Amino acid sequence: MAVTPPDQKIWWNEPIHRLELGWIVIAFLWGLFMFFFMIAWHFIGDQNLSTETYRIQPSAFEAKVEAFAEQYQVGEESGVPVVRPPAGEDVFMLARLWEWWPVLELKKDQSYRIHLSSLDWQHGFSLQPTGINIQVHPGYEHVITLTPTEAGEFGVICNEFCGIGHHQMTGRIRVVE
Amino acid sequence: MTAIDVGSAGIAGATAEFRTCGYTGLKVDLAAQRLIKANAVAAVIFLLLGGLMGLLVALTRWPAVHLLPAEWFYLILTGHGANVLLFWIIFFEMAVLYFASAILLNCRLATPKLAWLGFALMVIGAVLANIAVLQGDSTVMFTSYVPMKAAPHFYLALILFAVGALIAVGVFFGTLVVARAERTYEGSIPLVTFGALTAAIIAVFTIASGAIILIPTFFWSIGLISDIDPLMYKVIWWGMGHSSQQINVSAHVAIWYAIAALVLGAKPLSEKVSRTAFLMYILFLQLASAHHLLAEPGMSAEWKIVNTSYMMYLAVMGSMIHGMTVPGSIEAAQRRNGFDKGVFEWLRKAPWSNPAFSGMFLSLVMFGFIGGISGVVLGTEQLNVLMHNTLYVPGHFHGTVVAGTTLAFMAITYLVLPLIFQREIVWPKLAQWQPYLFGIGAAGISLLMMGAGTLGVARRHWDLTLTDAAHAFEYPPAAFLMMGLNGLFALLASAGGVIYILVVVATVLKGKRLDTADVQPLTFPLHQGAKTVSEYGSEGTVKLPGTIVLVGIFFAAFVLYYFVNWKYLSDLWLFR
Ligand code: HEM
Ligand SMILES: [Cu+2]
Ligand SMILES: [Cu+2]
Repeated sequence: MAVTPPDQKIWWNEPIHRLELGWIVIAFLWGLFMFFFMIAWHFIGDQNLSTETYRIQPSAFEAKVEAFAEQYQVGEESGVPVVRPPAGEDVFMLARLWEWWPVLELKKDQSYRIHLSSLDWQHGFSLQPTGINIQVHPGYEHVITLTPTEAGEFGVICNEFCGIGHHQMTGRIRVVE
Repeated sequence: MTAIDVGSAGIAGATAEFRTCGYTGLKVDLAAQRLIKANAVAAVIFLLLGGLMGLLVALTRWPAVHLLPAEWFYLILTGHGANVLLFWIIFFEMAVLYFASAILLNCRLATPKLAWLGFALMVIGAVLANIAVLQGDSTVMFTSYVPMKAAPHFYLALILFAVGALIAVGVFFGTLVVARAERTYEGSIPLVTFGALTAAIIAVFTIASGAIILIPTFFWSIGLISDIDPLMYKVIWWGMGHSSQQINVSAHVAIWYAIAALVLGAKPLSEKVSRTAFLMYILFLQLASAHHLLAEPGMSAEWKIVNTSYMMYLAVMGSMIHGMTVPGSIEAAQRRNGFDKGVFEWLRKAPWSNPAFSGMFLSLVMFGFIGGISGVVLGTEQLNVLMHNTLYVPGHFHGTVVAGTTLAFMAITYLVLPLIFQREIVWPKLAQWQPYLFGIGAAGISLLMMGAGTLGVARRHWDLTLTDAAHAFEYPPAAFLMMGLNGLFALLASAGGVIYILVVVATVLKGKRLDTADVQPLTFPLHQGAKTVSEYGSEGTVKLPGTIVLVGIFFAAFVLYYFVNWKYLSDLWLFR
């Protein structure tokens, strides 16, 4: 029994049940498959999180985002600038207690290089209802090439706990045709 | 570890007192017995506290109830994570380690005094952590990601707790050494002890990671260190946080084997396979933090892929093996017990009214189907982006650590009460229902949180309606429905938890004593009609059609769900 010492001292000499052997082979092959599928998705898939990252001082990042917002601002919404960058351009969004800033207006099927970083604590960039979730750190500028495939209003919700205002921290990305 | 030298243990040996177990005829070291009792009692107290907090959290996330104000919600959620994941589970694991060493090996415990010191440190740490959390300036969640800062005594409390646990693990290793030196058993250690040894070895690695990160964080909180890199913190913190989950898995798998053996007389199909599967947990404990960092900046794709899978998911393979060998050994035992008709008579006629067995089997099934499959999906490099930090994540780990580990710990309690506390279980009828109530509740909250997470609902979040938010956003109505149902299942799970605690407390205080002379010596296995399998060797000749069907269903579910998620992913916006 499992609670008493094995009768055969040298337990690694024992035979293996056929069913066990079969299951081990299946589990092994499935594991191998799942490993290769992750690699394959880098070639066949269109959703692979970028690893392009730079270290940056929060204040430097803030300055970049402000310059960006000023350059392409087209309006204002709940006190936050609405920014419409040209397609293909570098786009910036910052996270701070407790807002995503600024509001972005993007064109469907155009690619943008989105730069994300935080000025204070960690935050969670959760783009809904699409369902893209990316962690945002202070001190790290993460660059993601994003191509919206549908038009509409999208929420950016913070899904990393960031203190008492966590549930008030939302932002917006609008995608137009 | 090295503090345990056989010399000092030898002195303690001179004074060790034993009793003879009325059930098994084994020698039981009284010092070990007292420590098992103390750790089990502490575990249950923190389960009570943490479980209550879990209920409050779930009731707050139930939109129609929305019980706590925001500040309290986050505070209580921090307390919930710490009390159940750290204190309940680890206190109980210490009891399991002492049981698997001193009791199963028929041996005295090495250095009981040191073990008590460890216990005291753990109690102080756990109490201090609760004080820190309830004071309100340590609402940082149990992960305490920097640069968010808790009060210094919050970190200190966790460090004290970890040191205490390390001492207990040391006593466990010491006891193995003593048992070998004093020849209290023949040949190799039993499989269950082997599983516990796996857990203990991983615990050393875990606690070391914890020390490496929490000690500097403590210095940072008192101003001696100016800066801690948030990414580096996460890599090392999850070196502790993830490996500790591998401790839980090793411990609860060992318990599955123990219950199958004690209740049904099951023995492993082959010791070689089961032990190798345990070894895989140690060898392929992936650079454990990797799959918590899949949505993070600054980590290369190669690093993520290799470290989440080590080329082929070897630790997952370990669990898949146990997931087959445990039901396989039960089927083999039951067929030998005479339940040999058809494919499933062995399962139908299993002792479903014995809470030790039903709890164990539910734990096995739900750990595999809910926790296991969702864990692999969540830990896949690209798929993680779909649900990182959504409620899917707590959904997944309530499948592993609540429906799996917690339920297995509850199940073994029904054997520990008569064996170690030497009390007859009071209210056996109530106890009989307990695993079902708790199991269904736990499965419900796991699946519903996973469902809500799939719809995008954020974890650790007070306001599903986002009414105070700068930019309005509405989650789909289905998410609201699921969070309401989640509240109902939380009530069910809590009812199961309360019954468990009531039965344990009443049994410990008022259960009929079994240590008086007139007790009939019962023999294990407990299940009526079971005969212990005497001859050894793999049960090579037995056919196991039921197990084949079970693992077949599991595998089909796994593959299907895996590809469904790739389909979801392929519908997202494009990003690279
Ligand atoms: C009555 C039983 C329980 C209920 C109703 C319950 C419910 C919940 C809920 C609703 C959350 C919050 C999810 C969120 O908003 O992010 C949560 C979080 C959590 N639960 Fe439980 N839970 C229970 C038992 C347990 C047990 C037994 C464990 C561990 C063994 C556990 C471990 C955790 C952890 C680690 C978290 C995450 C805390 C965090 O995000 O920092 N729970 N639970
Ligand atoms: Cu935030
Ligand atoms: Cu937040």
